[in-house]
Amino acid sequence: MLRRVLYIDLDKKESFVEDRYDLFEEWLGGTGVATQLLLEECPEGADPLSPRAPIIFGIGPLTALFPAMTKTVAAFKSPLNGELGESYAGGRLAMAMRFAGHEGLVIRGAAESPCYISIRDDEVKIKDATSIWGIPATVVGYILREVEAGVGRRSIIRIGPGGERLVRYAGVVVDTYRHFGRLGLGAVFGSKNLKAIVVSGTEDVELPNSKRYRDIYNQLFKTVVQTDAMEKYHDIGTPINVNVLNQMKGLPTRNFQDSSFEAAENISGENLADNYLLRRVSCAHCPIGCIHIGMLKTSFSRHHEFEIRKISYDYELIYALGSNLGVTTPEGMLELIEACERQGLDAISTGVVLAWATEALDRGIITEEETLGVPLKWDGVEGYLEAIERIVKAPNDFYSTLARGVVAASDRYGGEDFAMALGGNEVAGYHTGPAFIFGLAVGVRHSHLDNAGYSIDQAAAKKPLTPEEMVDAIIAEDDARGVYNSLIGCLFARGVYTPDRIVEALGSVGIEKTKDDLQILGRKIFDEKYRFKLREGFDLSKSRIPRRFYETVSTVGMVDPETIETMMEIYRERRSWG
Amino acid sequence: MELCETIWGSRRSGEAEDGKGRDMKDLRGGGDAKVAVSDERKKRRLKVAHPERCIGCLSCMFACSRINTRRASLDRSAIRVKTQGGLEGDFAVVICRACKDPPCVRACPRGALEKRENGRVIFKRELCDGCGACAEACLIRAISIDSEGKAIKCKHCGACVAFCPHGVLEMEEVEE
Ligand code: SF4
Ligand code: SF4
Ligand code: SF4
Repeated sequence: MLRRVLYIDLDKKESFVEDRYDLFEEWLGGTGVATQLLLEECPEGADPLSPRAPIIFGIGPLTALFPAMTKTVAAFKSPLNGELGESYAGGRLAMAMRFAGHEGLVIRGAAESPCYISIRDDEVKIKDATSIWGIPATVVGYILREVEAGVGRRSIIRIGPGGERLVRYAGVVVDTYRHFGRLGLGAVFGSKNLKAIVVSGTEDVELPNSKRYRDIYNQLFKTVVQTDAMEKYHDIGTPINVNVLNQMKGLPTRNFQDSSFEAAENISGENLADNYLLRRVSCAHCPIGCIHIGMLKTSFSRHHEFEIRKISYDYELIYALGSNLGVTTPEGMLELIEACERQGLDAISTGVVLAWATEALDRGIITEEETLGVPLKWDGVEGYLEAIERIVKAPNDFYSTLARGVVAASDRYGGEDFAMALGGNEVAGYHTGPAFIFGLAVGVRHSHLDNAGYSIDQAAAKKPLTPEEMVDAIIAEDDARGVYNSLIGCLFARGVYTPDRIVEALGSVGIEKTKDDLQILGRKIFDEKYRFKLREGFDLSKSRIPRRFYETVSTVGMVDPETIETMMEIYRERRSWG
Repeated sequence: MELCETIWGSRRSGEAEDGKGRDMKDLRGGGDAKVAVSDERKKRRLKVAHPERCIGCLSCMFACSRINTRRASLDRSAIRVKTQGGLEGDFAVVICRACKDPPCVRACPRGALEKRENGRVIFKRELCDGCGACAEACLIRAISIDSEGKAIKCKHCGACVAFCPHGVLEMEEVEE
């Protein structure tokens, strides 16, 4: 097992490697270790965009060794909500880190002028990036591919103009089609003058107990390629949810004013797969291949001259830049996705911010004076494209406020009842009921993937659940994901990695744990994340839940604020927070 | 002498993988893809039957290194999946095509590669000094030199076939 953490200091332009057995023994890897590194490295109260705030990356003990163990975690202080910033991305980064020999990566300080970091095994170079500053995230990939070594085994992660200009929800693009999307890692890169990181390595991993390893490997591989759950990601992909949620009244539409969308069929996964899907690709060492790439063909002259763009799409993007903005055509939606890719913005946050602005304009809270004449209206793709550019360029107070997120915008202009964020993070695409809302409020990073409240709601739609049952399910999920995210697996394969199989997989690579050990660890990891959150000022009792959630019918009917209150009380009790 | 890396069909290790692999394919309804069977007389070779179906998951590369070298490694894999212009481009799947008059054999100055009468090419790892002449001689770049300075070349064992989720790879029988 590797236990090596690579520290890079951008102020001093130096790097060193340290073995951190202590951390990996106790915290396994992935998010468990990354959270500890964040607690160590980030001074209390540090400005998230100052050189004092670090960036941490981590992989886990199963990285590159098992199918779908493809994720890298990023931990940082979020410039969007000022507390725990955590995000996961697939692609080839985890494999590249593993073969470069680093299980953790800590970036300190800030560069004086634009730079990028090139990591090749233990060799670290901080290189000048002046000539690529300002270039779209999509294009930076092509450029660095030419100048850097390691074809086929490397990973290139980079920001776009959005991150450079510190849009608080800018993300980091990983290998063209995957992202550290949520909570503003892109802005943290930007604040450090860090445009990109290229990682490649030539090490390999000797497999300790070969037969045991191969047995569990084969079992997992087989299950991953066969299960129905996988079928969903692999065939239509996550966009299969568009039609499903639409039918069950859970598809947020026009800023959550509706929970079903009359044009859902147009932007559905089925329609996209039938008429736009060009191909599917996969993260390194994942046989699922859920990454769906659509082809947007637009003609730019009357003489059959076309522009072809290849754009990866997923459910959350279709919600955020499709139904939630009332966008009725796949072309319009794909174009908006591409705009976010170029600028390097998180699509969910961007969509929610634009949806708020559209409604605010509609209700007269803001006027075209603020929008600088940009007509923000549902399905108004042209206007949205212009607005995205202006959010990045920030030509006036209004757009620079939008660049700080929907909470900042509603604090400044009003309309908090329909500013769709929880814990300061713009919400993902579900209006399924109380478990989703509550799960977002308490989740460590206020993301739908913290505890998947939407799937608890879905279960409740079939057979009603009591608030106790929902809370227990959320807690169990919160804790279990802390462990899974320490391995680190893709959440799409979570069903395949049962506790027994995780124990066996770890054992096969020499890490003996029991199911109980893992359960306790999950709880501890959760607590540690809350330690960081509380330290940085997060206060659950001040949760601001937008009224809109209670005004629009959800999958389980109208949601009653009292249910959320009750769940909150039970939750505190269960977590022994008194 | 270690009879481990032969160009033609038989295999020394990883038989179990084959059996399992077949199950996997069948259960997935993976069509008529032929799976490697250990048979000394039949000549079988690995074929990239549907390169355009590749999703770049690298499962085949990890299978090859895991099963044949007991490592999780890209370098030790005899099959290589290359990106052409990043993930936006197409994938190229590169394997040894088992030439009739293998230039790699002719190029090796140390006799580490030897073509036998039954059609097999034997690779003697201990004779290999990593000079790279074989790799140079193979225009499709199907041979590479690993981090220990030894040649890595496909022995057509078929183990990777079962781990391709997209039916890109097949074993085919070869007439000679
Ligand atoms: S399921 Fe998709 S996101 Fe997850 S590892 Fe596989 S290809 Fe990557
Ligand atoms: S046939 Fe065997 S040696 Fe050749 S690439 Fe596949 S697993 Fe490797
Ligand atoms: S296993 Fe199949 S789909 Fe995956 S990289 Fe290899 S050839 Fe391509």
